[in-house]
Amino acid sequence: MAVLNPDPNASNFRESLRKRPLNRWNEMLIKAALTACAFVSLATTALIIIVLFGETISFFQDVSFSDFFLNSEWQPLQKPVSFGIWELVAGTLNVVFWSLIIAVPIGMATAIYLSEYASPRIRRTLKPILEALAGVPTVVYAFFALTFITQDLLQPGLGKGAVPIFNSFSASVMLAVMILPTIASLSEDAMSNVPRDLREAAYGLGSTRLEVSLRVVVPAALSGIIVSILLGIARVIGETMIVAIAAGSTPNLTLDPFASIQTMTGYMLQVGLGDAARGTVDYRSLFAVGTMLFLMTLVFNIAAQLIVGRYREEYE
Amino acid sequence: MPADSPETITLHATGAVARRQAISRGSRYILLAASLLGVAMLFVLGYITVVDGIGRISIDFLTNYPSRFADQAGLRSSALGTIWVLGTTIVLAIPVAVGTAIWIEEFAPKNALLTFVKLNLANLAGVPSIIYGILGLAVFVRFADLGPSILAGALTLTLMIIPMTVIASQEAIKQVPPSIRQAALAVGATQWQTVWYHVLPSALPGIITGVILSVSRAAGETAALIMIGAFAFIAYDHSLNPGQALQDDFTTIPIQIYNWTIRPQEAFRANAAAAIILLMVAVFALNLTAALIRERFRRTF
Repeated sequence: MAVLNPDPNASNFRESLRKRPLNRWNEMLIKAALTACAFVSLATTALIIIVLFGETISFFQDVSFSDFFLNSEWQPLQKPVSFGIWELVAGTLNVVFWSLIIAVPIGMATAIYLSEYASPRIRRTLKPILEALAGVPTVVYAFFALTFITQDLLQPGLGKGAVPIFNSFSASVMLAVMILPTIASLSEDAMSNVPRDLREAAYGLGSTRLEVSLRVVVPAALSGIIVSILLGIARVIGETMIVAIAAGSTPNLTLDPFASIQTMTGYMLQVGLGDAARGTVDYRSLFAVGTMLFLMTLVFNIAAQLIVGRYREEYE
Repeated sequence: MPADSPETITLHATGAVARRQAISRGSRYILLAASLLGVAMLFVLGYITVVDGIGRISIDFLTNYPSRFADQAGLRSSALGTIWVLGTTIVLAIPVAVGTAIWIEEFAPKNALLTFVKLNLANLAGVPSIIYGILGLAVFVRFADLGPSILAGALTLTLMIIPMTVIASQEAIKQVPPSIRQAALAVGATQWQTVWYHVLPSALPGIITGVILSVSRAAGETAALIMIGAFAFIAYDHSLNPGQALQDDFTTIPIQIYNWTIRPQEAFRANAAAAIILLMVAVFALNLTAALIRERFRRTF
């Protein structure tokens, strides 16, 4: 057994003992600094709530609730002004609807292929390429929506009369490309986590690969799939550049994909580009619309978190 | 089947079973085609950008200020603005984000406050960037009276990227096994010494990867910076003295791309495409670096 040698340099040892209170102090200081860091994120939330709600309350001193919630016209910049939020909400729902129509089937097919059909080698190649789509800045997608989808494909294909230069469809296509990695990747994770036994049992009863995928794996992974779609919806609702550049700035209560529309985020950017003076109703409308946007994304994000928390340990 | 059987017997399904098998076999190609759509999109977009923009890339394009003439306009001020804003954001965000992650994983008492901090971070990560933009506008530009300056932009981006940087750093710190901590604590290291000399070095590749991915997200951010007023015409270089430069108005490459995209003249489309090529090269370089660091330093305990 090794003999523990006392420190040959005893004064050094005593020195280090004397330093210990200092270390304690340092330790406490560091701990306090780290705690302060953690409070930055809490302060951010507090600021968001104070700023959004504070300016929104001021907004409602100038504009009545009934004008905001019951009027169907959003016309803040020219007289007679009216602030009916539903035209902007409809614009947002328009792009959410059409981007999901495109992204969900393709995302599901991709997830099923990667999880159930692809060899490990193909999966290792395909998944990173797909995830690279998530790293593309959205202003780049916005450029493609306006120039490639609208000017190069839709207008020559369908005629300039049928497709206005700003239309919700071009934005929806690029929004779908934007959320495709989220939907495909998270759904694929959920499908890969379905235990082997379930698949083997189905194969044992004579099911084909497609039947196993659609009737066993997809239902078993449904909570993860729903979470991926909810997170995708939240991203589409909050995305600004694609809709601001490609979908137009005409508030329009319609689900028509070839109409020129304006979303909540699109309106906010339009005000941001101008120089709305603090205290004006334009400036405050920014925060009223922002509050609506914040609450809508929060609902989808929280719904996703609740599902994750509720179903996470199903197979463990 | 016995090994010495003279011939292999194959059973062929007939009728409904054969039809089901055929459908399943066919489904492979349909699903593959659907999965390749995303990849194809990436290549088509890359291809048309290069065709549109490659002709505009030159030294002049990098060194010219913006201009109302497409062929004289360049990225000088927006590139410098991007570098200044990102640099400042990195300096401000990293200590706070990594500090928060360390506090959550190593120091925080396991109580309701911790649960709330984690829940709060998850929700902040999902807040749209334009909300951070109007927050920055109200708090930094107007209330703190910083104006649409580099500092205001960096503070806004800092608040935006802290949540995702914290979450990535937390994951990296969690990967360090408890035995490392126990060994350090057992020989008399304090809690902070354990973290500083043992946990952080092991977690560093994961933290760096997370930081790089967050920075690449900030590099492409457009809406939040437009909201604080960075949609500006800048035709001067920022001072090299940070105290001076941080107060300057600024613009960034993504905002310049937006500016060129919304102009009706065809010539600006080439400018936008050329700027996109440069921005994408930078973003992919960052992502590739992150992936390489993750692979190179991957440690399994």
